[in-house]
Amino acid sequence: MDGEYVDALVATAPDGIAFDDLHVAHNGGGYTFQTPNVDHSGIDEETLRTVAAESPHVRNWYFWHATAPQKADRWAFLRWLEDAEQRDVAERYDALADGIAATWGELHLSVTLSDGERTYSIRHRADADVGTSALAAHDDPLDAREIAKHDDDGGYRPLKTAPSLQTGWTFPELSASEFVTTVDAFYPATVANWHREREGELDVTHWRDTVDRQTGIYGVVKTWDRGDGYEHVNWVAEACCDDSQCLKRREWQYDEETDLDVDGGSGEFPCREPCSLVIAGARQWTKIEGETSQTYEFELTPSEKEQIEDIIDAVADGEADDIREADIYEGANRYRTRFLRAKLFDDEGNLGGVETEQ
Amino acid sequence: MDEALVIAAHGSHLNAESSTPTYDHADTIRATGAFGEVRESFWKEEPSFREALRTVDADEVYLVPLFISEGYFTEQVIPREFRLEDWDPELWDSDGTSATNATLAAEDTDQTVHYCGPVGTHDSMSDVIVQRAESVTGDPDVGEGFGLAVVGHGTERNENSAKAIQYHADRIEERGRFDEVQSLFMDEDPEVDDVADYFESDDIVVVPLFIADGFHTQEDIPEDMGLTDDYRTGYDVPTTVEGHDIWYAGAVGTEPLMADVVLERAADAGADVSSAIEQVREETGGAKPATGD
Ligand code: SF4
Repeated sequence: MDGEYVDALVATAPDGIAFDDLHVAHNGGGYTFQTPNVDHSGIDEETLRTVAAESPHVRNWYFWHATAPQKADRWAFLRWLEDAEQRDVAERYDALADGIAATWGELHLSVTLSDGERTYSIRHRADADVGTSALAAHDDPLDAREIAKHDDDGGYRPLKTAPSLQTGWTFPELSASEFVTTVDAFYPATVANWHREREGELDVTHWRDTVDRQTGIYGVVKTWDRGDGYEHVNWVAEACCDDSQCLKRREWQYDEETDLDVDGGSGEFPCREPCSLVIAGARQWTKIEGETSQTYEFELTPSEKEQIEDIIDAVADGEADDIREADIYEGANRYRTRFLRAKLFDDEGNLGGVETEQ
Repeated sequence: MDEALVIAAHGSHLNAESSTPTYDHADTIRATGAFGEVRESFWKEEPSFREALRTVDADEVYLVPLFISEGYFTEQVIPREFRLEDWDPELWDSDGTSATNATLAAEDTDQTVHYCGPVGTHDSMSDVIVQRAESVTGDPDVGEGFGLAVVGHGTERNENSAKAIQYHADRIEERGRFDEVQSLFMDEDPEVDDVADYFESDDIVVVPLFIADGFHTQEDIPEDMGLTDDYRTGYDVPTTVEGHDIWYAGAVGTEPLMADVVLERAADAGADVSSAIEQVREETGGAKPATGD
């Protein structure tokens, strides 16, 4: 590796180099070599080599052109990580020596410079301060596919960007291209869409177009329509796309002209289209929302009404499992809920003893 | 620029193992180095069909559906979701089991996509079924004294689904290796429930033509055939049912040789992967016996 970057610089100089405050050229009078604190002109190749060998600007130039993946989005992502558009090379190399970190969804990303080379690492952001030896170390980017499959309780994660990534692992030493591959295995296509968005080219497909495209068992979702209203889609977005459920920032709306009233979230990377989980949910909602409402009559005490609200909240917020066994003060406590069922359900399981079909 | 292989599979919102065969076959192919990039993509998981191409650097992509039959998914869903311009099922010129490939442009990425027929209707799929029978019996020469049942869904959702099963059953029967070959279905006659009625041989290998193990292959079919009353308690391979020894193989798609069929599809579409095919055949030719529990 040593010197490769110098050879490359000499070979490229005749074409001219202007990158990250490094300017190199070759003309009749010899080579010119400029960085913010070095300025040579008319030097011969040997001097150029000596100057280049010591220059972080040359290592930097070489990294971005020969080591980093060249696909525009991957490249931009690596530049973003070290804030390359804002910080100059000297500042960046100082920072890199200590390590530069960023967050991507639940990923804690970092890049460190040692011996002039960038090394990347990834772990769960909840493990940011955990000693590396306490984490299971991985070196194959594709291991991320398996890690991403299950949450800490072993539950299957059908949505990769759900905030339920398991903890306890690290990819301590990745090359630049392995690093991007790993991020993409945890959160597929997020780098590509993030980059498109930065370039003003994100191709958002809104709700209406997405459901209109559905066929087969999902074709029915097209019929879920409330005239000019779109509150049902607000409910879908609130149910599924909230930051507590998905770390993508929802950019799709009802249609091109009609924004949803629900916040899209604050994720780093965008969601450009209702995902398959949302469509599968919408299929079920289309079916059950087609029913007409009825009036059921039964009585609840004020505490019972509140308790039902507590239970719905606990399930919707995924907190039902966290309520302690003897915490009888919580409406969604198991004993409280069993008591409510014992009191309010008849033998057929009808709430308030009132049959569902009337 | 390099060429890429993109595998399109169904995936699942509920079953964590649905994607496993896709990952496994992709890894096998990746290891050959035949493509600059190999990418898995899913209808129900991520990367989605909609967004897989943009994660790939190559300008030229071989897109192979890891699906059993031609029809709804391969002719409508995949081309639509991958945004393949000017797709028309006629381009495959297929009778339901003879899909070829078509070269199209992807609307959102401008990549050139060689859209291939599904693995399930490729001729070499017959070899995978036979290999699956070898794996489950642990006998590389299995055939004599054995019946082979190829099991599929039936026509309920896709009329070509039964065609693919029948196609391979016929091809294997013509080879004369097994004493009897029969296609059976889950939701129509001849039904898999009555497997013992359709064979005279004492030993019957049952190979479901499914890509991944899941509800159908692990719960329905074993219970329907009477291998077990409750799939959770497992079953022996073989299990004796009505005097026949049933060697139940589980989903054919988990057989390592499936990677070969993916490569064959790409090769038919012009990918230069002959040495990878050789390598994969060699590596996956001697799979270990599978067990049913
Ligand atoms: S549609 Fe909603 S839940 Fe699905 S990926 Fe986008 S933001 Fe997340």
